Amino acid sequence: MHPQVGLREERFGALAYHYGNRRLTFLNDERLLTVVRTAADYDDVTEALVAAGVPAEQHAGYLVALGRLVDAEVLVASH
Amino acid sequence: MPATKPRITDRLSLGLDAPICLTWELTYGCNLACVHCLSSSGRRDPRELTTAELFGVVDELAAMQVFYVNIGGGEPTLRPDFWELLDYCVESKVGVKFSTNGSRITPAAAARIASTDYVDVQISIDGADAATNDAVRGPGSFGVATTAMQRLADAGFADFKVSVVVTRDNVGQLDDFLALTQRYGAQLRLTRLRPSGRGADVWDELHPTADQQRELYAWLVDHPRVLTGDSFFHLSALGEALPGLNLCGAGRVVCLIDPVGDVYACPFVLHEQFRAGSVRDEGGFTSVWRSSSLFTSLREPGSAGACASCGSYDACQGGCMAAKFFTGLPLDGPDPECVHGHGEAALLRATAKPEVGPGHSRRAPVFVSLSRRAGDSVNV
Repeated sequence: MHPQVGLREERFGALAYHYGNRRLTFLNDERLLTVVRTAADYDDVTEALVAAGVPAEQHAGYLVALGRLVDAEVLVASH
Repeated sequence: MPATKPRITDRLSLGLDAPICLTWELTYGCNLACVHCLSSSGRRDPRELTTAELFGVVDELAAMQVFYVNIGGGEPTLRPDFWELLDYCVESKVGVKFSTNGSRITPAAAARIASTDYVDVQISIDGADAATNDAVRGPGSFGVATTAMQRLADAGFADFKVSVVVTRDNVGQLDDFLALTQRYGAQLRLTRLRPSGRGADVWDELHPTADQQRELYAWLVDHPRVLTGDSFFHLSALGEALPGLNLCGAGRVVCLIDPVGDVYACPFVLHEQFRAGSVRDEGGFTSVWRSSSLFTSLREPGSAGACASCGSYDACQGGCMAAKFFTGLPLDGPDPECVHGHGEAALLRATAKPEVGPGHSRRAPVFVSLSRRAGDSVNV
């Protein structure tokens, strides 16, 4: 997660606010939220998706969502 | 993502444990006397929150994880403890965006604002030239505002905001506003004229005409990067939805704290009927937000009322509660600026408008000038 992002839990998931670009992002999927929280603990994103309980056939959709979070600078891609 | 989830706006309309952001007016004191002032500002109120009380509110906001506050007034920088409060917010990780007429943005203040990510600033103008602007905001105010913009640009502050209330007289200047804003490396923000505060006195003459609303909508669709604070969601009934939540957030995701600590449903309804409580009450802001009877009722699913048979209700949600209230329209009917003309018809049948006093307005016009004396600066 980007160091300038604050995460606030909500009944629908979470709100992510970026203090640098001042964008607010809604995370309304529990498993996506888990991946956002834990991605840094895994070597690659697939491991994080598996650990969060995302079925393999849904990985592609989650990767698109994660890509959008990278675009919004909520997440920082690492290689 | 699975498509069966409720829409995010449906979840938000039921309210959150803490606001997404809130407006906090620090003082009713102002060195301008804009004809459309939402809060009828002018004179300071002797009951304004003390510095210690302000800090207490920041502590609550930090505990509730409110990401940022929109600080305004009046002119918030007139409070002697303004910069101290700003520092306290930043230390507490509560971001600040403050609105100012620019009169206290010295070069030193501009440098200070530019030095942290946690502070954003918005300079208000209401015309793209001095004549149009000063007719609304007072003689000299355009020069003061553009000087402040130059100082922020010189300090290296990119993407500060320039905020414009769209009126019948300036709606033809949208391209000019954008060009002006871009000259300073800033971002344009357009907001809606509300018949609130002194705005009630000028709304009939200044609110955009139906044709102007259509032009404004088309312009906003063409310029999705222009910020609106979700101001114009009533225009979404003209076609595709404008960017934003397109939802009345009053008491659900936003609210207002006024200079004496009273909490209202939104910045546009400073009226006893929409006062939820006070930060000075037992339990403070947190309990007002979470359990006041007003906010609880605003979070209940509303009725479409007279708008139920209109095919656009999903798009516009009946428009703005404050605009209806202050023009004497029922809250479960059309917005006075309904794009289908239902508002105009309703206005002809409207009952008496609510009583609105002069608030904190000054009795005589004021003139603003930018002080340039060496050493005469804010406490930065």
